[in-house]
Amino acid sequence: MGNHFKNALFAAIMAGIIIAPIFGVNIVRAGMQTTLQPEWGILFMGMGIVFVFQFLVRPVLAKAFARKQTRRALPVMSDRVRRGMIFLLIVIALIWPMFTGRAQVDIATLVLIYVMLGLGLNIVVGFAGLLDLGFVGFYAVGAYTYALLYHWAGWGFWEALPLAGAMSAAFGFALGFPVLRLRGDYLAIVTLGFGEIIRLLLINLYSFTGGPDGISGIPKPSVFGFPMVRRVPEGVTTFHELMGWNYSTQDVIVFLYLMALCLALVTLFVSNRVIRMPIGRAWEALREDEIACRSLGLNPTRIKLSAFTMGAMFAGFGGAFFAARQGLVNPESFTFIESALILAIVVLGGMGSQVGVILAAVVLTVVPEIAREFAEYRMLIFGLVMVLMMMWRPQGLLPVKRPQVELKT
Amino acid sequence: MSDVLLEVSGLTMRFGGLLAVDTVEFNVRRDEVFAIIGPNGAGKTTVFNCVGGFYKPSTGTIRMDGKEITGMPSHKVALHGLVRTFQNVRLFKQLTVLENLLVAQHAQMETNLLKGLLKTPGYRASERDALRRAAEWLDFMGIRQYANREAGNLAYGHQRRLEIARCMITKPRLLMLDEPAAGLNPQEKHELQLLIDQLRREFGVAVLLIEHDMSLVMGVSDRILVMEQGKPIMTGLPAEVRTDPRVIKAYLGEE
Repeated sequence: MGNHFKNALFAAIMAGIIIAPIFGVNIVRAGMQTTLQPEWGILFMGMGIVFVFQFLVRPVLAKAFARKQTRRALPVMSDRVRRGMIFLLIVIALIWPMFTGRAQVDIATLVLIYVMLGLGLNIVVGFAGLLDLGFVGFYAVGAYTYALLYHWAGWGFWEALPLAGAMSAAFGFALGFPVLRLRGDYLAIVTLGFGEIIRLLLINLYSFTGGPDGISGIPKPSVFGFPMVRRVPEGVTTFHELMGWNYSTQDVIVFLYLMALCLALVTLFVSNRVIRMPIGRAWEALREDEIACRSLGLNPTRIKLSAFTMGAMFAGFGGAFFAARQGLVNPESFTFIESALILAIVVLGGMGSQVGVILAAVVLTVVPEIAREFAEYRMLIFGLVMVLMMMWRPQGLLPVKRPQVELKT
Repeated sequence: MSDVLLEVSGLTMRFGGLLAVDTVEFNVRRDEVFAIIGPNGAGKTTVFNCVGGFYKPSTGTIRMDGKEITGMPSHKVALHGLVRTFQNVRLFKQLTVLENLLVAQHAQMETNLLKGLLKTPGYRASERDALRRAAEWLDFMGIRQYANREAGNLAYGHQRRLEIARCMITKPRLLMLDEPAAGLNPQEKHELQLLIDQLRREFGVAVLLIEHDMSLVMGVSDRILVMEQGKPIMTGLPAEVRTDPRVIKAYLGEE
């Protein structure tokens, strides 16, 4: 009890010091003079709230959380049940857009883009343990590959998609080389710089990329060669003509959603399979102990490069899709904050956990959309959520469940 | 085929002004257990690191089965059949025991990405073989019941055994053990001695051993190299080493 009291008192004093410059003084203007007038009332009230919370509420909360901790493991499902669940979820995801509004489907599409990016970064950060703060660079490369191919060569989405992935992968490979020797913090800084360099290049190569204006009018993907647009030049059949429907933007949005779902499922499938393959195990082993890896004949260079390359490739696919969805790319979409958000998705979900990443992508995309009124406080809430998560659940929302391969004992 | 598997000659390692290893020479024969002993700081582990490719020796040559491996990066040295354990066990702690053994087989497995994604028969066979070999080694080491546990949660003695199994599963020709008995109780030390004997007999692997525990060294080694302050003092049979005045002096000091 005494300890609680001391802690609470200390917290209250700290709170007082922190809030004093913000709430504790009032600027009073009298004619030409501006004076600062202390606001003791608010200051003491704030300190009082902190004290009461720390002294009375926190022990209760702590008790509640302690009790919860014992039963937080997911129920173990058999393989058949799990497969059935996954199948059911996919079916729901497929038919859901038919019954909901345009805005919801649009947000869901955004979620799926982040799922794709999160799963891509999860390979680099979660599996291979290489902290990458410039992931958005690869996303930008993918988006601009499609945009530029359209702008300069008139390519469509489907032709450009593999190339966007390949291009990003090539950039991942190229970045991988100089940073092979780096670990941890140093690696983070170099990748951070890389992301910024890409963005600055895009801004400054004005004649090629359109600079800050970006490239607009990028066409949406076609459905097996039939474009989904209202009006087209002579001689081209549009999708709605083919189907005998009236043109509606809702169809376009649902189609984009379904495509994003496809891409995200492919990403999930690949990353889920790869982690059970020798290369995936090698990534995890490298994360655990590079020296032991080398002593067993694993080439760390190749393993790291493969992780960087594969992660970047998924970012490239995501980028190309993003460009097609927006119809416009400019460097504004690829700032550091985007990298931070993707990293937050991976960390919040639980490093290396694919289901966790998906869940976190949903949370971090949907919550800001729901809380539109609090848009000003978005970053504040974001920061608060992060701090709380790291305190109570540093392993993430849904941490990795081992083992992936089992041996009967 | 010559009788000598590993041949180290004129090995010197300098760290700045410090001469850590000074013209050390020895060779390890096939099926031999060769031990390096010496007081703390004698440079034993540095010799290990040079042989294993973790350090690039200042001068000297290291040959494995006639092929020069001096200065090769460690992952290439390992592919020449020369693998090691570490003084403080280096397992992949968050991977399961089984996964530790699967990772070690990386070089022998089907790692083609496309084949894995498509689960071709070749890939399945490779995975199956790897699992079978891992199971065999777990049985051999008597730790099969822990196969699906995280390696970091094993008891220390079991971690040591797992580390040796992880080396052996790569089918090495020379197994280098860096103080394998450190931290083991007398019973476990005895088991370790039996294990080393068995590995040599059944799998024909030569062993290069660094160890402080004299009863283990004397019980298991065929020949012993004694080092002091980077310099080799003598090489000989256990009985010779035990009675040599220079060795006694190095360990106990002069009267």
